[in-house]
Amino acid sequence: MRFGVVVFPGSNCEHDCYYMLKYVVHQQVRFVWHKERDLAEFDAIILPGGFSYGDYLRTGAIARFSPVMEEVVKFAQRGSLVMGICNGFQILCEAGLLPGALVRNAGVRFVAKSIYLKVENTQTRFTQKCADRVLQMPLAHGDGNYYADAATLQQLHDQRRVLFRYCTVAGEVTPEANPNGALDNIAGIMNETGNVMGLMPHPERACESLLASADGLQIFQSLVV
Amino acid sequence: MKAKVYITLKNGILDPQGKTIQHGLEMLGFTGIREVRAGKFIELFFDGLSHEQARQAAENACQKLLANPVIENYEFIMVEEEKG
Repeated sequence: MRFGVVVFPGSNCEHDCYYMLKYVVHQQVRFVWHKERDLAEFDAIILPGGFSYGDYLRTGAIARFSPVMEEVVKFAQRGSLVMGICNGFQILCEAGLLPGALVRNAGVRFVAKSIYLKVENTQTRFTQKCADRVLQMPLAHGDGNYYADAATLQQLHDQRRVLFRYCTVAGEVTPEANPNGALDNIAGIMNETGNVMGLMPHPERACESLLASADGLQIFQSLVV
Repeated sequence: MKAKVYITLKNGILDPQGKTIQHGLEMLGFTGIREVRAGKFIELFFDGLSHEQARQAAENACQKLLANPVIENYEFIMVEEEKG
């Protein structure tokens, strides 16, 4: 498959994504500058983590209006795969490709640590090869507290669009396992048509055993068909 | 002419920043403060637009970028700039 990794001013996880897709998952991959407008060559687009446009105004708020995002919206509307990680998730929410918003962590502090994720639905383009129901990977953000109104939240659960929730090592979804105050411990969701997904933790930083966990690889392998 | 734009978190949205400020005020001995909510204040300065055009531009700016309707409310007032 051909992957595009979008680079905004302030992105800082694009090289991790690039490395992992090219050298670990062995796919074609190219960086896409935020001013580019042609995505025709790609099968999937990754919006990486970072602090696009300095997180000014709101996280992802300015990136959403960059030229490439207009094309990413069309790309998604055609049914192609889009995955946003951390800041990428924030951008997808700002762009309206995913519902809800990511607000300041409940504890106000930036949280950077290793966490566990419960895979809630393995019948998706993003989780179909998740052999383990609990994945370990790092998380690093100041605004990862997922919020959506009650009706949206209900719809996400009913349609099984909550893909990942923060949990304990044993897979229990508890308040203690929630690092940022996210509603219902939500760490990752997908859109109604199942081709756009965003998550706050960093699977690209957990793809080789050298990095303490290779669990994130299961998500990227799910993408590849 | 300028627009003074106030952006606030909707009711029910947790405001950890406001809580932290409130805690700080309590540490300083302030009493009787029931709640603190933190928001944003943005000024837009206009040139060459009528009052109505500027008001409309401010409204559009709030809807399209300055506020996220999922979590925030906005309001603004139009004021004449003070002559320096």
